[in-house]
Amino acid sequence: MVHVPLAGGGPTPLAVFDRFRTKALAKVQEPELKRYAVMLLAFGAGLLPLMAGGAKAALAKVPTDGADTLLMLMGSALVLLMTPGLAFFYGGFTRAKNVLNTMMMSFFLMGLIGVVWVVVGYSLAFDTGFKSPFIGGLGQMWLNGVGGELGDAPLADGFAISASSFALFQGMFAIITPALISGALVERINFKAWFWFSLLWSLFVYCPMAKMVWGGGYLGPFGEIGAIDFAGGTVVHIAAGVGALVATAIVGPRSTWPDSKRPPHNVPFILLGAGLLWFGWFGFNGASYFAAKGAGFSFLTTTLSASGALLTWCLIEWFRDGKPTAVGAATGAVAGLVGITPAAGFVYMPQALLIGVVTATACYIAVQVKAAIQFDDSLDAYAVHGVGGTVGALLTGALAAPALVPADYFPKSAEILAAGGNGALFVAHVKAVLISYGFVGVGTAVILWIVGAVVGLRVTPEEEERGLDFVAHGEEAYDPMTY
Amino acid sequence: MKQITAVVRPGKLDAVKAALVAIDVVGMTINDVRGFGRQKGQVEIYRGNEFTVDFLSKMRITIVVADDKVEAAITAITEAARTGEIGDGKIFITPVEEVVRIRTGDRGNAAL
Repeated sequence: MVHVPLAGGGPTPLAVFDRFRTKALAKVQEPELKRYAVMLLAFGAGLLPLMAGGAKAALAKVPTDGADTLLMLMGSALVLLMTPGLAFFYGGFTRAKNVLNTMMMSFFLMGLIGVVWVVVGYSLAFDTGFKSPFIGGLGQMWLNGVGGELGDAPLADGFAISASSFALFQGMFAIITPALISGALVERINFKAWFWFSLLWSLFVYCPMAKMVWGGGYLGPFGEIGAIDFAGGTVVHIAAGVGALVATAIVGPRSTWPDSKRPPHNVPFILLGAGLLWFGWFGFNGASYFAAKGAGFSFLTTTLSASGALLTWCLIEWFRDGKPTAVGAATGAVAGLVGITPAAGFVYMPQALLIGVVTATACYIAVQVKAAIQFDDSLDAYAVHGVGGTVGALLTGALAAPALVPADYFPKSAEILAAGGNGALFVAHVKAVLISYGFVGVGTAVILWIVGAVVGLRVTPEEEERGLDFVAHGEEAYDPMTY
Repeated sequence: MKQITAVVRPGKLDAVKAALVAIDVVGMTINDVRGFGRQKGQVEIYRGNEFTVDFLSKMRITIVVADDKVEAAITAITEAARTGEIGDGKIFITPVEEVVRIRTGDRGNAAL
């Protein structure tokens, strides 16, 4: 995510690549090699048109660019598809009698959060009315004034995407983040409790997190801490993961767990879901570049990390258990996508691959530990998103290339990198991670306590046994009498 | 007349059907079933966690034959379904009092 500055001036977003190009070329002395390198760089990054410009000015007001805005619109559609993708991914893991309820916990949020975001969520995350580094304001409720009268005005100085496309894109992130938490709570939570929990969590945990990291707030590159989070390693994955961890602890395990554990009821659903998630992640990470010309870079880091992580997970299984599994391939890919999320625009290819490999290994270990201590984070929401998000965030601090963190867009972070290098940025990221854990942990606990007191969190053990598809929705996914 | 109920590996259904058709058995009913015998269950691994699956998928084949065809049918099923490994299944033989073909009202061997 290229962060939205409160004020300032600088070059086009793509000047980043110009700097990289200049730096890389400075090392090449032979004229022959130099010409070759120029071609290679230009071809590889598709930067030829860009090289002509390469201007370095203050964050100037730029007109809205059609291609960049189209990237955001396409990215929004891709990210929206991740939510039904997640529903399939999670739905495959549960019992056949709970698959609809599990899928609805994600799918339903396309309704609930889709409305909430436009009415007030965006404003709480990105308005500046409260003049607070922790929460936005109420000035842009109903997206009032976003993108001017026609919605086509640019987001901010230095950004060529329309403000309305940004609000839409962000809304898709707001939908999927609470949906991720559902993986920890399936097969036992009361759907009414889920309604209120996801509504309150979105407003009072997600929106402040988005403000703090992306909205010019406390944790981000314009704030006190100076952490960078390209597409939501902290805002989405750490937040959802920690929310899942705390929610599992408070809601408790399924009543029959761990005595009658069941294997996934539909592994093809899991692969379908993971495939849709990967596809959608091109929007999630790729479009977070905010500029069509350079977005190939974040598309590449994203898919490379996922490939490396899929391979890593399967190889671990192959060595440990003798067989690579389909569920492992799906889980590994998702872990790699989570890991690269905060880093997608800040690292080069070798680092992207390293992030995929390390994140998959860490998540694999986390899943084993979770099973060993018999903690019923049912679908590994913390073990994959929490652990993967944390590892990704820390590695982003350790591996971010200074050339990809320009000072005009990331002033505090660039200052940290210039003064103390990646070690200092790593420390900043440790702080950001700890603060996020604390804030999300406490926020989630308070919301669950309120929801539990008002509507109750769980269904009865008898209802669990009957299956939540019928209990919560009056439906069954698979009718045995269909003929 | 005897009813022959054979529980076999799902993958052996086609071979068993072909073997029975070859000895002129003209009809059968099948069900997907689950169960365990001496084979017990099997261990499956998901995300590195082991699950013991107690009930394995089998195919249950039900046919009714004239008394003089029982041994031929047993031989056909046994030869078609055997792998020699634990889990090949079982055959149960039970007497049948009467058979009625609904379309014509035929009874006994004529209805088979």
